[in-house]
Amino acid sequence: MTALLEVEDLHKVFRVPDGKRASHGLVAVDRLSFDVPAGGSLAIVGESGSGKTTTARIIAGLEAPSSGLIRIDGETRKPLPWARSERARYARQVQMVYQDPSTSLDPSQTIESSLDEVLRCHFGRNRAARNRRISELLDQCGLDDRHRRRRPRSLSGGERQRAAIARALAAAPRIVILDEAVSALDVSIQAQILNLLASLRSALGLSYVFISHDLGVVRQVSDECIVMLGGVAVETGRTDDVLTEPKADYTRQLLDAIPRPGWTPKPRTSPGHTAGSGQPGRG
Amino acid sequence: MTASAPGPSHGREVAPCLLELGGLQVELKIGGRPRVVVQQVSLVLGAGQTMGIVGESGSGKSVTARSIARLLPPRARVAGEVRFDGEPVWAMNRARLRRYRACDIGIIYQDPRAHVNAVHTVGDFVTEGVRDHPPRERRDLAISALQAVGIPDAERRLKQYPHQLSGGLLQRVMIAAATLPGPRLLLADEPTTALDVTTQSEVMAVLAEQRQARQLAMVFITHDLDLAVAVTDTIAVMYAGTIVETGPSASLHECALHPYTAGLLAARPQPSRVARLISIPGRPIAAYESGPGCVFAGRCAHAQQRCLEVRPEPRQFGSHVVSCHRAGELRGTLHEALERA
Repeated sequence: MTALLEVEDLHKVFRVPDGKRASHGLVAVDRLSFDVPAGGSLAIVGESGSGKTTTARIIAGLEAPSSGLIRIDGETRKPLPWARSERARYARQVQMVYQDPSTSLDPSQTIESSLDEVLRCHFGRNRAARNRRISELLDQCGLDDRHRRRRPRSLSGGERQRAAIARALAAAPRIVILDEAVSALDVSIQAQILNLLASLRSALGLSYVFISHDLGVVRQVSDECIVMLGGVAVETGRTDDVLTEPKADYTRQLLDAIPRPGWTPKPRTSPGHTAGSGQPGRG
Repeated sequence: MTASAPGPSHGREVAPCLLELGGLQVELKIGGRPRVVVQQVSLVLGAGQTMGIVGESGSGKSVTARSIARLLPPRARVAGEVRFDGEPVWAMNRARLRRYRACDIGIIYQDPRAHVNAVHTVGDFVTEGVRDHPPRERRDLAISALQAVGIPDAERRLKQYPHQLSGGLLQRVMIAAATLPGPRLLLADEPTTALDVTTQSEVMAVLAEQRQARQLAMVFITHDLDLAVAVTDTIAVMYAGTIVETGPSASLHECALHPYTAGLLAARPQPSRVARLISIPGRPIAAYESGPGCVFAGRCAHAQQRCLEVRPEPRQFGSHVVSCHRAGELRGTLHEALERA
């Protein structure tokens, strides 16, 4: 089986604006390679500053890599900037859902017009067809026609994230990148959205790239996972194996740090070994 | 509250009692109208004990914590009692209140960056509670406080500004500042929610160490039931502004008696196993959205007619206090549902 998404030798260096370190730059992602098969789900796990969000943004085409290739369905993607037609075509391949739906949805738009905007852009002028498709999308995401005329502000956190997922699905992508998509939600709502994501994946044959800091969430949603630290993949493998028999020390540290009954919090033995310890990390 | 004999209040009666909430009710102006956000909250916390208050958004956990510190907005209407060491907090005069906030309690907030003054140095912030000491003494106090929370190179840190510190380091500075005046009670409102897991582990270790060294009592507010179970003696689970269940932390985790507590446990994804999560339908509501019956009835799989009509009183079940009409008959079955998951 060929991979749907192939990432090869991805490298990203941010120029640090402060004059002193300009020559080095900050290596956010360091020679990262992975594949995601069609219908597969890959999680990228790490703490702040590990480069997981940068990786997601590069795959979504929001950021240009310093070097490296991205292939979708065997076709190498052109480097940014893209022409309008390319942008639309790539958007039908990859869509992204963000952490906080109250800032990722346009507050002044109703859910209906928010979805319609995407449909108009990708699937043309047939109004009745678009309308049917909106109903279908809302239904798939556990919303209904009563939510059409609502604005994000009047929806609950869970409903808003459902709307954000519906909007991502409107472009009928094959790959969805979920960047901490359930992290801001209450536990009882988080479970609803995780179950929704699982059913959407099997019903629509979607592939997920799931960015998260939460190993519990990662266990539920992914087949494979990559543990990142300071831009480097420290461990890669089947999620079940990585989380039950971690090989890397850092993975073990992450697992040990999860609170459970009888847990005693542990002070870090060697101070300052993570990338972000000296300065505030990037989200 | 009526003058008749009080029912079981949430919390273990262990003398000496340091903090006592009795029938606390808070109304805040929301959308121009006064709305009840906390109702009938009764809690008891003994000296040196830790209590977790666990709930989702809108459950009233933070408002409860803020009413302990009397830090509610000026238009808030508060009924019921908050007693610190027997003294009613809401009756304190200004001078006493200032001393209470500065010396009797210490507060640690979720986002340290939002609660420090960005234009003051770490040293200024840490010593704010002991401003009446001479400067030299203040500096020494600050250095030993920073060292106590495991900050290396304390002398240099004193002169730095908050933006020069990482989130984990800044939260330790908060802990140092909160514990420096020698309080007897710590209010920790989601102190590690904004931090990475390994940093959370560090900060919780520092917090536990400080608590033990100084015999501090702690009210630990969190949305994370697993974390609360790990670091507290007792837990009160809040939903829609009321406490639905209280019990010893380990026991609460093993056999929750309220359907909401059991639901929270079942909904939490665990790294150790894969399972289709049992989600709670609907969304968390605020106190003012609740009907006359049980606050959780609208989302509860076990709700019956009487649950919708009559608000359940807190009742004692072993070491737990549960506000649920069906707690007795459901006992055991909630746990089985979790096992199956």
